[in-house]
Amino acid sequence: MLRRTVLSAVGAAAFTMALGGAAVAQETLKIGLILPMTGPFASNGRQIETAAKLYMQQHGDTVAGKKIELIVKDDASVADVAKRIAQELIVKDKIVVMAGFGNTPLALAPAPLATQAKVPAVVMAAATSSVTDASPFIVRSGFTQPQVNVPMAEWAAQNGIKKVVTLVSDYGPGIDAEKAFSGTFTTKGGQVENLRVPLANPDFSPFLQKVADAKPDALFAFVPSGVGAQFMKQFVERGLDKSGIRLIGPGDVTDDELLNSIGDVAIGTITTMHYSAAHDSPENKLFVEGFKKAANGLRPNFMAVGGYDGMHLIYEGLKKTNGAGGQALLDAMKGMSWVSPRGPVAIDPETRDPIQNVYVRKVERVNGELYNVEFATIPNVKDPTKATKSN
Amino acid sequence: MLTILFDGVAYGMLLFVLACGLAVTLGLMNFVNLAHGAFAMAGGYVTAVLMNRYGIPFLLTLPFAFLVPSLTGLVLERTLYKRLYTRSHLDQVLFSIGLVFMAIAAIDYSMGSQQQLIQLPTWLLGRADVLGIQIGRYRSFIIAVCGILVVVLQFILTKTRFGSRLRAAVDDRRVACGLGINVSMIFAVTFAVGSGLAGLGGALGAEILGLDPTFPLKFMIYFLIVATVGGTTSITGPFLASLLLGIADVAGKYYVPSFGAFVIYTLMIVVLVLRPQGLFARAR
Repeated sequence: MLRRTVLSAVGAAAFTMALGGAAVAQETLKIGLILPMTGPFASNGRQIETAAKLYMQQHGDTVAGKKIELIVKDDASVADVAKRIAQELIVKDKIVVMAGFGNTPLALAPAPLATQAKVPAVVMAAATSSVTDASPFIVRSGFTQPQVNVPMAEWAAQNGIKKVVTLVSDYGPGIDAEKAFSGTFTTKGGQVENLRVPLANPDFSPFLQKVADAKPDALFAFVPSGVGAQFMKQFVERGLDKSGIRLIGPGDVTDDELLNSIGDVAIGTITTMHYSAAHDSPENKLFVEGFKKAANGLRPNFMAVGGYDGMHLIYEGLKKTNGAGGQALLDAMKGMSWVSPRGPVAIDPETRDPIQNVYVRKVERVNGELYNVEFATIPNVKDPTKATKSN
Repeated sequence: MLTILFDGVAYGMLLFVLACGLAVTLGLMNFVNLAHGAFAMAGGYVTAVLMNRYGIPFLLTLPFAFLVPSLTGLVLERTLYKRLYTRSHLDQVLFSIGLVFMAIAAIDYSMGSQQQLIQLPTWLLGRADVLGIQIGRYRSFIIAVCGILVVVLQFILTKTRFGSRLRAAVDDRRVACGLGINVSMIFAVTFAVGSGLAGLGGALGAEILGLDPTFPLKFMIYFLIVATVGGTTSITGPFLASLLLGIADVAGKYYVPSFGAFVIYTLMIVVLVLRPQGLFARAR
């Protein structure tokens, strides 16, 4: 009996202290960052987390007089875990905005929660075009696959490439990439043959042999960035580079983080993407240097820039709303434009996708390291899938 | 056409080196060791670390890729596996799958979850033109190494005293013990060699199959297919099964890409329906 009284007394005391503490402390705004920190997509998570923390380090942790608290949660690359975490963050931690989402399924699963709770969700990585359709509260700071692949098809058509074989991993973004490229390339008079590779595919040799026998002018490839290195090596091992087949694709294949370890086989690969670590601008220099320092020499890739810009979007949005979340924050983020390390970016108020420059790049050796060197720019590209839908 | 056959053979050979250790533990020692892939992964990581951190040439890392997993295997066999020989298969499965998850977590923690990439020496890169057929140099190298291994293993198993003791211990453990054969020592050595071979396979395969912490789970199904299709009572069974699967997989993906992913599973089902004891095993 005595014990119980003591316990409840202690409990009551703790409760009062918690209340008192909250009233005294400066009001905090919580940002829930849901990322794959373990599992097959962990490198995306690591890149984004480092970039988000770098942004906070460079820009301080107070916005509109309120303290920003970043809560990083690991979804282990599993969609239903991502959903559960989103729910916990909304209900228990009372976050003003959630962000992250390492790939398409990880973004689609929590999307309905954003709608129900009216909590904006900033998608930093997932690149399937339809992600922003899943909830009116989703804003994207990364890119969409069609956005970078339609320019690739246009570039190929203009540069004497007539016949292309596409080889994509058989899942959402791969199919998106295939459709975007093939659609545009055939309307420009090109000829396309499509190959899809199972996602869990240990050996590319049969598919590459098929490409070799088809003798196209170029091979358009999309594989998830980790497997990209393996793919490139087998491409060269099979002698496809010497038989005059050019390797083209979105920048996932020549991911900045892995490019150096892929080695010289990557040299000459042409890709289109919205970000390269070699992008020549003062903003990017600051970003790359800071990132390398924070991550032990690791180079930032397009995932990192998505995370960095996502934080920028949230900071600027909160400044406009004076710390308010919900619909006000969503409206503040729509139509925002700024100069990012990747170049100029704006958020399309209708589709909530970024409008940005897409660069055509070639892998070259610069100061002893391999980089995607940009040599042509297609300015202000909107997500083409949604652009055609609304027309 | 011949290039496809060649690629299939190389792939099959690689599968064999990776899986033959499993065939031995499963068939000869009657132990279900799902953690076999973890030893293969260990071998791959040994090679990757030695090459990328210490700059040791690829060929010199291969002996280590064999030794480190085989010593690990020996220690684990003496301390853990030994206790489970007499237990039910369910216990063995639960135990070894637990080991797999521990291995995955340990690698993830210490090495990170990204793909490990290795740079092969230049003389192994590219392709050579032999009698009008384009063959990859690295794949020829794999075929040569694995071919030698098959011959050596077959020789040890059938022609040496150790081999006949092993076969005796497997056929009837109690009688073999009674005849003064040190069965537990033989099992320990066999287990160590099987783990070492898996490690070597993991190192050789890093370039073709990739290497990340999920390796043991990704390839577990392939190992099990080899063991079930080939039957587990000899070396030749799994060997021929690996070749068959390698060629079928490569050819299937080449000729019918949309169905390619299912070819080996279809093959496995057909074989198991027709010959449940395995393609090359004698019926019991």
